[in-house]
Amino acid sequence: MLRFATVRLLRALITILAVITFAFVVLRLSGDPAQVMLGPDVPQESVDAFRKAWGLDQPLWIQYLAYIRAIFTGDFGVSMRDKASAMQLVIERIPATLQLTIPALFLKVVIGIPAGVYAALHRQSAVDRGVILAAIFGFTIPSFVMGLLLVLIFSITLGLLPSGGQDTWQHGILPTLTMSIGGIGILARFSRSAMIEVMGQPYIRTASAKGMKWQDVVWKHALPNAAVPIVTIVGFMVGTLIAGAVVVESIFSWPGIGRLLVVSVSNRDLAVVQCILLMIAATMVVSNLIVDLLYGFLDPRLRAQSAH
Amino acid sequence: MVSNLVELRGLKVAFDGVQVLHGIDLEIGRGEAIGLVGESGCGKSVTWLAALGLLPGKATVTGSVRVDGQEILGQPRNVLEGVRGKRIAMIFQDPSSSLNPVLRVGRQITEALAIHRGLHGQAAKAEALRLLDMVGIPDARRRLELFPHEFSGGQCQRVMIAMALAGEPDLLVADEPTTALDATIQAQILDLLIGLRSETGMAMIFISHDLGAVSQVCERACVMYAGQVVEQGSIQALFDNPRHPYTRGLFDAIPRIDGPRQRLVPIPGTVPHPSDLPEGCAFSPRCSHVAIDCRTRRPELTAMDDGRRLSCHHPLGHHPEAHHPVDSTRPVEPRALEALS
Repeated sequence: MLRFATVRLLRALITILAVITFAFVVLRLSGDPAQVMLGPDVPQESVDAFRKAWGLDQPLWIQYLAYIRAIFTGDFGVSMRDKASAMQLVIERIPATLQLTIPALFLKVVIGIPAGVYAALHRQSAVDRGVILAAIFGFTIPSFVMGLLLVLIFSITLGLLPSGGQDTWQHGILPTLTMSIGGIGILARFSRSAMIEVMGQPYIRTASAKGMKWQDVVWKHALPNAAVPIVTIVGFMVGTLIAGAVVVESIFSWPGIGRLLVVSVSNRDLAVVQCILLMIAATMVVSNLIVDLLYGFLDPRLRAQSAH
Repeated sequence: MVSNLVELRGLKVAFDGVQVLHGIDLEIGRGEAIGLVGESGCGKSVTWLAALGLLPGKATVTGSVRVDGQEILGQPRNVLEGVRGKRIAMIFQDPSSSLNPVLRVGRQITEALAIHRGLHGQAAKAEALRLLDMVGIPDARRRLELFPHEFSGGQCQRVMIAMALAGEPDLLVADEPTTALDATIQAQILDLLIGLRSETGMAMIFISHDLGAVSQVCERACVMYAGQVVEQGSIQALFDNPRHPYTRGLFDAIPRIDGPRQRLVPIPGTVPHPSDLPEGCAFSPRCSHVAIDCRTRRPELTAMDDGRRLSCHHPLGHHPEAHHPVDSTRPVEPRALEALS
């Protein structure tokens, strides 16, 4: 178990390191922060001074080493724009993002999974076909189209809900819906196919053959087996709690991490972008870790494998 | 007065409109052991899955299934749930995948005890221990806590049998219980089933394509072909004097331990697909004794003088080594055997 945990932790660290390295290199190759920050018409001396002040005049690998060293001492850099701690800026925005992504995740789980399971248990019925159709509709429409569509219907045509901002709880409804619809579709499809697969297994027939009530067969024998693939998808969704709102926050002018990321990228605010990517990688890695542990809990065969 | 434990009458099954079972008639007396023999896909398992309502929803089942005279086919789910496991229990071909991989073995057995005998907690556990002991699982107390993947195939089948015994059923349907197991384990499981039957007095349906195993366990056997019973009779009668050419073919395909070495005679061809059955007798394209009327008229299962039932227009007369030669309505045709070799 200790070895298992150590290996996983090491793998997680390597993943995070790879992400921040990648982000570091790409950001520095994709444009000059000095030019973007200062504008096109500033004298060369100002540009040079800016570069010197932020260490951008150093060779790339020296900048990189300095960056990594700083991270390990807990220094995530300073925003070139606000001169504030980058980490501080990012952390301030997290609650706003979670206000959207957590309710969206909740909707995905409580609508998507039951819909998929119900469809699987009533295969070929009208409800099943309806669920498949709605699911395909849900996850094939990109969120920026879905967002605009919802704004068109609920804000412009019906005038029921605000189309942007963060003033009241009503402002959160459309962005949350926009974000959850695709996930509901994905989870419904996955739960359906997982459940169909499980219901066809010999052990389900055994459970029925011993005289169990059908509901018990579904709840006690089928669902625990279908949980493994479903947990994988939900785990992935948990991993995107912070990163998942980039597009939607931009559409609905929601001041969360996503908006901060878009603004910081266009400003080449290196420290902030790196900080956000680090945060995203960390949540993804942590959720993967939780999913791995859950696998062992859900399926004793996997527990046996990971113990060896 | 109802004498039979279970009676199947005209049991038919169709999948998506394709008829796979063409009217099965079978009576099972109390304590009786009947073998169901035939090639893969002939409907042996489907017969009992259909009787217990365990087929998927796309299957259409018609006919009659009576348990102690009470019709169960087409009855609401709760009636069937009362029969399954309690009156008729079933064990399956692949024991390892027939146990739920994420539930402890003990729980899977105590579940059945809770359903059928109202046993819970320590009482259920004690009874589960007794059952595991009965089916020959050593160190049962520890192994109740294990998961199915921690058992071998043969032990999984023992667990399945213990689970089936939990409801103290009147009939155990064993659907190819030894097919997936090693030869030595097969023999152990057969011995276990024979022993349990004499201990409990339950009736048994033994589904197998292994005639040797059937003859060990059962008194009577039904030979099935393409969704129909083609010959039914006592093991003795079938072994000594198989009268349906298909039954005969099955015996000719078994190597003999005694006597001189002989070339095995296979049955040519394969079982026809249910959607593409030939007209007349389903076996006619592969039959070595086929006559013209076999290709036009479907034979009915009819009772013979010697107590067996047979579905053949031109049954074989007698086996050359028959102990009980039976008068034939037709002389044996010696021809066409060369066509087989």
